[in-house]
Amino acid sequence: MVDNSDARTLAKSFLINVQVQSLAVRDRKLCLEVLQCLLDAYTDAVVVLGDDLVYGICEAIDEEKDPRCLMLNFHLVEILGHLYPDPSGPMASFAQDIFDILSRYYPIYFTHPKDDGLDIKREDLSKGLMNAFSSSPFFEPFVVPLLLEKLSSSLLSAKLDSLKYLNSCLYHYGGKRMVKHSRVIWSNLKDVIFNFSPERPLLTDELDVDMKSEVNQIRMEALNCLETALSCFDFSEQDSFLCLIIDDPDIGTKLESLTSITSYSGTSAEIQRDLSAIGGIFTSIAKVSIYCCNKVFLKFFPCLMDVLGVSRNHSSQFCITNHKTVHGGMNFGALFLSVELLSSSRELSLVSNIAAEFIAESKSWFFMLKSFSMDLCHVLGSVLRTSNTSMVASEKEGVLCAVKGLQSLSTFPSSCSPISEGCYEDVLEILMSIITGRSDETYLWNLSLKALVQIGLWIESASGHDSARGICYNKVVEKILSMLQTNDSMVSLSLKLVAISEIANVGQYVLSIIRALEDAIISSLVACIQGGLKSSDSLVGLLECYTSRVLPRCCTSGSFDDVAVQFSINIWNQLENVSVFNTDVTMQNVLDQVMITMKLLVAGCTVENQSLILKKAHCVILSMDFLKTQPFQSIHGIIALSCRDKWIASLFGSVVIALRSQTPLTDMKGILNLFLILLPEGNLPAAQALASMVNKCPSSINEPEISARLSLDQACEDILKLCLWTLESNSHLKQYNFLDRDICSQRSIVLGMAWVGKGLLMRGHEKVTEIAMFLMKCLVSDSNEDITLQQQKENGKGVGMDANSSLATSAADAFHVLLNDSEDCLNKKFHATIRPLYKQRFFSSMLPILLSSIKESGSTSKKIALYRALGHIISDTPLAAVLAESKKIIPALLDTLAISGSETSHKKIVYSLLLVLSGILMDDNGKVTILENIHTVIECLIKLISYPDLMIVRETAIQCLVAMSVLPHARIFPFRPRVLKAVATALDDRKRAVRQEAVRCRQAWASIASRSLQF
Amino acid sequence: MTLGMINANPVVHAKRERIIRSEDIHSDDALDALDVFDSVRDIKDPEHPYSLEQLSVLSEESIAVDEKLGRIKITFTPTVKHCSMATVIGLCLRVKLMQCFPPHFKVDITVSPGSLANEEAVNKQLNDKERVSAALENPSLRQLVDECLYSNELYSY
Repeated sequence: MVDNSDARTLAKSFLINVQVQSLAVRDRKLCLEVLQCLLDAYTDAVVVLGDDLVYGICEAIDEEKDPRCLMLNFHLVEILGHLYPDPSGPMASFAQDIFDILSRYYPIYFTHPKDDGLDIKREDLSKGLMNAFSSSPFFEPFVVPLLLEKLSSSLLSAKLDSLKYLNSCLYHYGGKRMVKHSRVIWSNLKDVIFNFSPERPLLTDELDVDMKSEVNQIRMEALNCLETALSCFDFSEQDSFLCLIIDDPDIGTKLESLTSITSYSGTSAEIQRDLSAIGGIFTSIAKVSIYCCNKVFLKFFPCLMDVLGVSRNHSSQFCITNHKTVHGGMNFGALFLSVELLSSSRELSLVSNIAAEFIAESKSWFFMLKSFSMDLCHVLGSVLRTSNTSMVASEKEGVLCAVKGLQSLSTFPSSCSPISEGCYEDVLEILMSIITGRSDETYLWNLSLKALVQIGLWIESASGHDSARGICYNKVVEKILSMLQTNDSMVSLSLKLVAISEIANVGQYVLSIIRALEDAIISSLVACIQGGLKSSDSLVGLLECYTSRVLPRCCTSGSFDDVAVQFSINIWNQLENVSVFNTDVTMQNVLDQVMITMKLLVAGCTVENQSLILKKAHCVILSMDFLKTQPFQSIHGIIALSCRDKWIASLFGSVVIALRSQTPLTDMKGILNLFLILLPEGNLPAAQALASMVNKCPSSINEPEISARLSLDQACEDILKLCLWTLESNSHLKQYNFLDRDICSQRSIVLGMAWVGKGLLMRGHEKVTEIAMFLMKCLVSDSNEDITLQQQKENGKGVGMDANSSLATSAADAFHVLLNDSEDCLNKKFHATIRPLYKQRFFSSMLPILLSSIKESGSTSKKIALYRALGHIISDTPLAAVLAESKKIIPALLDTLAISGSETSHKKIVYSLLLVLSGILMDDNGKVTILENIHTVIECLIKLISYPDLMIVRETAIQCLVAMSVLPHARIFPFRPRVLKAVATALDDRKRAVRQEAVRCRQAWASIASRSLQF
Repeated sequence: MTLGMINANPVVHAKRERIIRSEDIHSDDALDALDVFDSVRDIKDPEHPYSLEQLSVLSEESIAVDEKLGRIKITFTPTVKHCSMATVIGLCLRVKLMQCFPPHFKVDITVSPGSLANEEAVNKQLNDKERVSAALENPSLRQLVDECLYSNELYSY
């Protein structure tokens, strides 16, 4: 433990005995750390040392060059500054010496490389020096002249630093000390602001200018400085500084020239820059305080209004027709500046409390704004009304300005709103008229919509929707919603939907918007199923908007469950009520979209609400047409589905797909049976529903009283009956004989089984092996005599072969279904049970089986199917698992590529396999395996260079070859001539991307030996 | 070089912005002048660390391509009238085009009319197959060409 007297002794002896600057870097750093520690932890002990301490530190920090020590130096000075605030103290007397030491570093010029391990950046040093400078007001006579001198430097970073330092000094030194510099500061800041303002004051963010660019930072920092200067001065000083600014003759003349320009299209960059500079200055001043805001308003607002042709409300009755400026075109400069003033006064009114007496005061900005507001509002409206559709940049700015002005006018806090209720209504009216009438002017339309949304959000946060303005706004929402019902051609449906989904951002209207959308959807859905709808596009659009844009907003507001239950039951009611569907063609795209909606609605609900929906759906199921002839519990055989039945079955499937695993399935047996009947008919939702059932069904049931529920094993058994291969003719399961079915239903069963298998695989159930074996059997099924014979008997020669290979193909594709992530079902969104690494497990168990059956198979057609299956498995498994098996994989993969390369229908597999191959090429272990098979790999890639069906295959093949050019020289050199020759043909490829890759590849391979291409 | 530079202080122009082509999946991308220009614009000048594009020796307009007939015609403008580097530049262009385009294209390289004192001789030399391959057999010339072709690649790849 070190006590205060020890610390003092240590400090004394340190100051006398240690010559810091004669030490090495490491020791210097330690010394400075000791000093810092003494100052920080034993302040009271060392502060009495006074002059000695300051002098000692001056010595210690003199001539330092190492960035780490510099950081400590700056910090020491900063502490000293805070330690001796006394004007007769040591800091005051040593200020010049310390400044002399520190000023050498300014502006910081730091060029250490990034990876020097010191972890000190230029910004850190600059900040440290800034804190040191602004730590003590005694630096003021030295620092401020230096900063102002460097401000006129042509180096941008020095300029930026000077502004930052000046800002900090203004803040820390206080107004009293700085006031004598105010004239110089202003003239310097003025230069910077006028020279560094953007040319397009409003469209900067839209033109995608880099907001972080140095120029822009300089401007922002200069305006900041102005604000700090104004706010740190006392009243009288502030007043004189303010007068300095607003009475500046430069501003006066510039403003005059800006407001006298009649047309702003094609004005020079300089004028635009002046405009944005003056706008920035006005904004900064008005934001500081009410007093400043008053001043700037009094000085400039009336004359701006005059230029715009706006008169005070009380002096003239407003009448739009006799307005003089509308015809000659609005003065954009005046428009821009007045809108800037408007919005900054709004910002001021948000942060400062506006007292009642202030509002009444006749010399306040508020009073002035109020007296002009009505007329201003109409002028802004007329700008929008007269803007033409061509929309050149200058025109765009005018429109943007006007919309911004209207938005600011209507979003003042309610206590000090400058516009009356009537005027507020007018603003909404103007914006609405654009929404309803001018949808062809996209830019204006989007701006107006955004402004409306902002006004809505403001009302919600500020005054609530019961207030007079809220009620006004309610009318706007009603009007937008009523657009949905009317079938006018003014606004296209998609735009209406955009407007509605944007307005849904305002939380309180979500529910009414949802209602309106639901009504529209239901009525057009009924029209659709009764055959009264000509085009399904509008319904699909409505549903899309509902699910993807409006429904997610519901989730955040917490009302999702109610909405979802109500709407989904409503859909079911419609299906129940309409007994005959009149659509000749099932509108498949409508059905698909309704299914997606249904799934999302159900998936978001709680368990109880899901049960409610399920119950309703189950009731409707019982009214299906084909059940009129046979009871639900014992349906069997082939059934004919009416259009209505198809809709009901598909939607019921969607409900089941989206259920949570905890939701009990009542009458599971019946439902299972229904889906099992539907599956061979090729009903995909049925298969997916079955898959989700087996995926989510609890593995054991503890409640024996619910007899309708099946255990998972029973369910699997029932499902697997579909894959029974051949049976004795006297068996009671004869109806399930797979081989007796026609080819269509065979393929449907294969696909369905793939989905069921996916469900089982994802939860890690062992029954998936049976399904995998069934699929394998289908893959090699042409060895089966029965099936070919039978098919040949029916269809004549040759057809049997075709049918069989297509069965094998769909079996191969089934592996894709098994392993690929699906958007439709069995994913996180729809509450699937997912065991980690299930793909990897399946991959490693299937790989040996497939490889050995490839070896055994004799005929090529069988091989093609097997390779296709293998291709799916390899490309759908995560690369890491494939890499681990790369030794076994590569030969098979190359065979697959070679065989698939000749088939057009395999092009997707070829591409995904090629991606796997390139993945292996990038891996170190994979490279070893590639080297072992280098001959075949290169042969295979060369063949793919001329793959005709898919451009990316050619491109990727060439990229693989480029990657191979870095393999060990001795191994690849023998292939050089062959590769160069093959790639030369690709130079003449149809596609540019391939040609460019070919050039790269040619160079890479040519340079193996020499740079010359002559081989 | 002992004699000093031929054009010690050339005018350097800004690089033109690279056009990124939109990908059209269904149609074929025919070879056009921009393709050729893209492949040769980065070739370094034998004398200066600037590309041929920066020195305005080449532009897209000075290249003509006829894909059907299989012809590429490049006209380039040396920076000064008495430029002895014109043949080296021409040689670089030819080698680069040989590398980047299929061999069935017939490549004509000429200096633009009136831009060089011994224009005719240079044109003849540049389009003489045997003289070109003889030049490429010359190790020092070969090295110079390679330097021009590959020194900018550090930046482009």
